[in-house]
Amino acid sequence: MVDWAWSIKMARREFRKTGVKLILFVSAIVTGIAALVAVTSFGDNLSKDIDEQAKELLGADLLLKKNQPIEFPEIEGIASEHALEINFASMVYFPKAGDSRLTQVRALEGDYPFYGTLETIPVNAESDFRSGGKKALVEKTLMAQFDAVVGDFIKVGNVSLEIIGALQKVPGQTGITATVAPAVYIPMDQLEASGLVQYGSRVNYNHYFLFPEPFELQALIDENKELWGEDRVNFDTVQSQKESTGRSFENLSNFLTLVAFIAVLLGCVGVGSAVNVFVKEKLPSVAVLRCLGVKALDIIVVYLVQIFFMGLLGSIIGATAGALLQFLLPIVFSDFLPVEVTVQLAWGAIGMGIVTGVMISILFALIPLLKIRKVSPMMTLRPDDQSTNIGKDPLRLFVLAGIVVFILLFSFFLLGKWDQTLWFTGFVVLSFGALWLLAMGVMKAIRTFLPISLNYPVRQALSNLYRPNNQTVSLLATIGLGTAMIGTLFFIQDQLLDEVRFADKEDQPNMLFFDIQSNQVDSMKTVLEAESLPILQHVPIITMGVSEVNGLNKKENEDLEEEERRSRSFYNREFRVTYRDSLINTEELVEGELIPYTSASDSIFVSMEEGYAERNHMKLGDEIVFNVQGRPLTTYVGSIRKVNFRRVSTNFLVVFPDKVLDNAPKFHVLITKTKDDKASAAIQNTIVRQFPNVSVVNLSMIVETLEDLLGKIGFVIQFMAFFSILTGILVLISSLLISKFQRVRENILLRTIGADRKVLIKINILEYLFLGSLAAGGGLVLSILASFLLSFFVFEIAFTLAWQPLFLVFGLITALTVFLGYVNSLNILKAKTMDILRT
Amino acid sequence: MVLFKRDKFFSLKDMNILSVENLSKTYRSGNRELTVLDQVSFEVEQGKTLSIVGPSGSGKTTLLGLCAGLDVASAGSVRMDGKALENMNEDQRAGIRNQLVGFIFQNFQLLQTLTALENVMVPLELKKRKDAKEKAKELLVKVGLGDRLTHYPNQLSGGEQQRVSIARAFANEPKILFADEPTGNLDTETGEMVENLIFKLNEEQGTTLILVTHDLELAAKTHQSLHIKGGKIQEAIHG
Repeated sequence: MVDWAWSIKMARREFRKTGVKLILFVSAIVTGIAALVAVTSFGDNLSKDIDEQAKELLGADLLLKKNQPIEFPEIEGIASEHALEINFASMVYFPKAGDSRLTQVRALEGDYPFYGTLETIPVNAESDFRSGGKKALVEKTLMAQFDAVVGDFIKVGNVSLEIIGALQKVPGQTGITATVAPAVYIPMDQLEASGLVQYGSRVNYNHYFLFPEPFELQALIDENKELWGEDRVNFDTVQSQKESTGRSFENLSNFLTLVAFIAVLLGCVGVGSAVNVFVKEKLPSVAVLRCLGVKALDIIVVYLVQIFFMGLLGSIIGATAGALLQFLLPIVFSDFLPVEVTVQLAWGAIGMGIVTGVMISILFALIPLLKIRKVSPMMTLRPDDQSTNIGKDPLRLFVLAGIVVFILLFSFFLLGKWDQTLWFTGFVVLSFGALWLLAMGVMKAIRTFLPISLNYPVRQALSNLYRPNNQTVSLLATIGLGTAMIGTLFFIQDQLLDEVRFADKEDQPNMLFFDIQSNQVDSMKTVLEAESLPILQHVPIITMGVSEVNGLNKKENEDLEEEERRSRSFYNREFRVTYRDSLINTEELVEGELIPYTSASDSIFVSMEEGYAERNHMKLGDEIVFNVQGRPLTTYVGSIRKVNFRRVSTNFLVVFPDKVLDNAPKFHVLITKTKDDKASAAIQNTIVRQFPNVSVVNLSMIVETLEDLLGKIGFVIQFMAFFSILTGILVLISSLLISKFQRVRENILLRTIGADRKVLIKINILEYLFLGSLAAGGGLVLSILASFLLSFFVFEIAFTLAWQPLFLVFGLITALTVFLGYVNSLNILKAKTMDILRT
Repeated sequence: MVLFKRDKFFSLKDMNILSVENLSKTYRSGNRELTVLDQVSFEVEQGKTLSIVGPSGSGKTTLLGLCAGLDVASAGSVRMDGKALENMNEDQRAGIRNQLVGFIFQNFQLLQTLTALENVMVPLELKKRKDAKEKAKELLVKVGLGDRLTHYPNQLSGGEQQRVSIARAFANEPKILFADEPTGNLDTETGEMVENLIFKLNEEQGTTLILVTHDLELAAKTHQSLHIKGGKIQEAIHG
């Protein structure tokens, strides 16, 4: 039985003298808990706000969409409001800037959104816009890009429209979607004049409906679902929008919570390591108490009670900081949020943060605390007595297992899937394990191989890494893991951008013109040739659907058993195909061969993309009947191609042989290569002015967009990784303060035997240089491994090591460690030689 | 003065507070065995004083540790107040120590985080004594530290720290007091004062005193003296 009253009384007494140290220990968990509470609070509030603002996400009760013109007269009849939005990608030209950009043009008719508003500056621009005429509302980021102001004009196709407002907020739209496809709203009555909806244009027809209350929307959906399916009409409701948005944000929030949890774990490694030093210092006292007849468990409780309260204090401070920090999060996440987030205290998240902090700090502190069980009272007579091998205590292994189980359960609670949970836990355990092994290996190697001939300060600094009560392991783990996170982020970001930039390096095409009508091809070519730009590819494109596969039409396919049935989307898809008898350089034949079509009696053999064929269980020889503008065309799969979709090129799921589609209605794509960004901008503007319906994609725009996008995502991840680094710094500071006494003793001893200030500073700096570079190096090795795995398995891109960010991260982390160590050493050097005699 | 051969002992078993029989302690280092105590036997009567003297490394401290139940012997037995320590686990021995034993150490071994008063209170509190504070105060006054009650160990001189240690050792009125070189870290004058204090309290409380010392003058003040060398009793002197 534990003597609680006595243990608590002793804990209180102990705390008066050692409390400051313990407060320092738990400071390491403050940042992690703050991040955890901030992110979970934010997630809770966000999910509540998504629920509450779900109607504003969609802006209507029902959205029906199709990529061809369609009417819903029956539904219009029962709806209280109806609006139509026709949207498509198109170039918009800003005459004042003399520049153009691919945007999403949205022609609007009706009072959409019915819930929420199109927020504009000036505010009255929205109502002004709805009155029709030559006006446009332009996304604020787009206006900023071209230095456009309200009152300026833009050219959308053939019409010139006045910008009457900057769009601040559009239902369901986030900063990220605005980056990829900035919106330009034009009145519906200007659409026809723009001349942009032509054959081949990818146009979406969105019908928004508002129904009178009360209305059984589900009954309407159930009644029409099948019909809409047949007509290739997709639908969205408030509920489905809420679910999909909620799901993606739950995923985001869970991911960020895991990142915060890593910071908590790092902090706990710091706590565990600090408690380890603390316990080592306390062993003589423990031996005295054992002599006086105190049971081991009672002594453990004395320290555990202190750790509990300090863990509680640290967690409360962390939770408070986290609750305040979440006011900052809407700014950090602003580009991702489709709803207004109301920041308020989420008591559930705060409670979870505090419980997690206390539990995990106790678990990590228990590992060193359990040593107390094995302290022999003989230590009072012989301070060096170590009659038991502490390392082999099975109870410590049990606690270690408890920590792993805690991580496992906590991550399962967030991820909800065992495979992901095991991956995450495996990653954490392996990373910690790898860094632990590195630290132990380095210390052992230094002990074994440190050459006596080495320059003295270097030798002393290296041997300091394994001085008694060193914190080398915990510092390597915390700083290393923080570095690994930041490093991985940098590498992946750089790798993705590099993959896109690669196009420019290998004389690949970097500019693509699409939506070119047949009668514009020759004049377009003339313009390009006049500018000395090569026509690298001229690609005709024909749109078609599938009516039969291996003799089965859509209806017959639906009647099949589920396992035999082909995906419905295969029948519903609008295929954009081209025709040629050869492969282009982004393609590689993996099966069959390209069989040309030479006479009318020949069968038509098409080539299918590998992945698409695999997903739809298509193989060589399968029969597909395409519907080309109402005319059936029977074909056979003659070959399977592997396609690299990451190049600026036109890539197709289906390629026909030459001569089959010569007379089918088509549009065209031209691909060229410009010398530089300036030349790209010049030709883009020339083409947009002369051929307003033609859209342009250029590599620099893709790179720019991707950079912007990755920058926004990267900022959020960096923000979270910052907590890990901060935790590492706190652990470093606390370890410096914990070992201060020892360092003072060492320095005084060295000074006594003749070392001058310069040598002492050199030793200190070198020690932290080794420590920082080892931690940063270890972390970077981990991040290289993580980046390699991510590149290979997730992004499927070739892995190349980016040296620049590698050296940058290495240098920064090492410099920071050295700086903190140096500042601390200045403080230590101030100690007077006599001080040590008095302690 | 009566001279005893090794392994021969004082009789009057009924009055013995401590009986040691064929006590050995062996340490193993790799394949080597090191015997630091070899078949030692002796008995001590309640209320008597015994000194253990011998050169460094002779096994004095090991013997003291085993007698006090701080460590476990490789062979032989220790009976304290009739209870065999070798059959007890560490926590049971801790209980015995709390009930019967007091300690004074060469390096004082005060709890650095507690004040002088609290250091003395600890054994009393462990015994659930309600008057712990008053009794501790009384003892500190007795050892001449009535004005140092709230001082921490690092605010006290060596002699003062040892006096706190003596007060703590006598606090729970132990039947047997073990002292390991109690004056070893003190100057002659302070050492003498501490010696006198120990013997005085020992006499007042009727406590058995077992002390390890290099100081033959101090050893001569005890009723019995064991001279140890190489882990064996060379001679036992009964004064």
